[in-house]
Amino acid sequence: MRNLFALLWKNQFFVLFILLEVTSIVLLSRSYSYHGSITHNTTSDITGSVFSSYGNISDYLSLANENEVLANENAELRNMIDASFLITDTLYVYRDSMFRYIPAKVISNSVSKSNNFIMINKGANHGIKKEMGVISSNGVAGVVVGVSDHFSTIMSMLHGNMRISARIKNSGQLVNVIWDNNDYLFGTVIDIPSHIKLGKGDSIITSGNSLIYPEGIMIGQIESHEINNNKNLTTAILRYSTDFNSIKHLYAIENIMKQEQDSLLSQFDSDNE
Amino acid sequence: MIQIMNNVTVRNIIRFISLILIQVLVLNNMNLSGYLNPYLYILFILLLPANINRSLLLIIAFLTGLTVDYFGNTLGLHASACVAIAFMRPGTINLFFRNYEFNSGESPAPASIGYRGFLKYAISLTFIHQIILFYLEVFSLNNFLFTFSKVMLSTVLSVLLMMIAILITSKRKKS
Repeated sequence: MRNLFALLWKNQFFVLFILLEVTSIVLLSRSYSYHGSITHNTTSDITGSVFSSYGNISDYLSLANENEVLANENAELRNMIDASFLITDTLYVYRDSMFRYIPAKVISNSVSKSNNFIMINKGANHGIKKEMGVISSNGVAGVVVGVSDHFSTIMSMLHGNMRISARIKNSGQLVNVIWDNNDYLFGTVIDIPSHIKLGKGDSIITSGNSLIYPEGIMIGQIESHEINNNKNLTTAILRYSTDFNSIKHLYAIENIMKQEQDSLLSQFDSDNE
Repeated sequence: MIQIMNNVTVRNIIRFISLILIQVLVLNNMNLSGYLNPYLYILFILLLPANINRSLLLIIAFLTGLTVDYFGNTLGLHASACVAIAFMRPGTINLFFRNYEFNSGESPAPASIGYRGFLKYAISLTFIHQIILFYLEVFSLNNFLFTFSKVMLSTVLSVLLMMIAILITSKRKKS
């Protein structure tokens, strides 16, 4: 036993190297699954405050541009209020809102890695919870995976494990959207039934099946569709409507009825067992 | 003697803080042609004193990598690449600068080993760091050539930035 310790001590450099390398790989491997990245991520007030104080400075540089985007969005929202409609439907008595939007500012973001994350300046104190959907004013942006008191981390659409349920706007067919690692401008639409032919510019929207996003939020437009007669399901390239390299403002979406929907689903699951 | 040591320690701590801040605040937000990201912080590990205790070197490198990971949400990725180059560093120094006597606390910087020697040293370790980093990140050998081109370009870019950083800081010392 003593000899063993002596041997280890003599080779402490090598032993330490192996030890540290194994530690890193274990830490790394935990973050490779989707749920791994939900439970183990490094959102904290320390990294958050460093990023946000830096963000305060850099925001001044893009104020003009941001104002324009916000003004456009205000105009769009104004179009949606009741007063904007000519005819008010008197039969429309029951209206319950299902989704609530929490505006947030991006304080750190990446697009060049194989798995990209976005950090925003709103956290648990502002009502952000894990697995809430996040959109920009142009389209879907990601899913919340980590929350601290004042900050949250978002798994961006540009993450290898990202997969969201979508719909082809024209035909209503259900498909899935993933990201295949190369370019932050483009995603991949998979599981397209082979009888569907998509043209350039066809819109892909959220399906509403995931309970995370409302139905009909823009994801992107088809860039090219490869038709292969031998397969039942085909894939297409999609251009994201969100420009991930320049996003500054995001909205986290709270599904107020998620608990009710989830409990309904789990009830069904337990009935099946 | 103690004064020399403190001086070296302080200089390295300042280097650590400034390089990490530049890395996570500026360079991590830089995406040249879409996916290139230079890694300047490796310079801190390269410039640690040449005759530093080897185990201490491993631990410092691990913590450096972990700090960068912490900000980039990639826990373990940079740490493993940094530990690997720290492991290879003593051998590399021995290979390239066998004839040079390093004083206590002296860095293997261009000031002592010349620009040519430093380039050889920096390129080889940065290259290894980038290989580990990029292949661990995608975790597959698919797109091998695409990833390899990223490794090459990123190495060139990182070493270029290191040289610029060294030129800027060494000028300041003279004046």
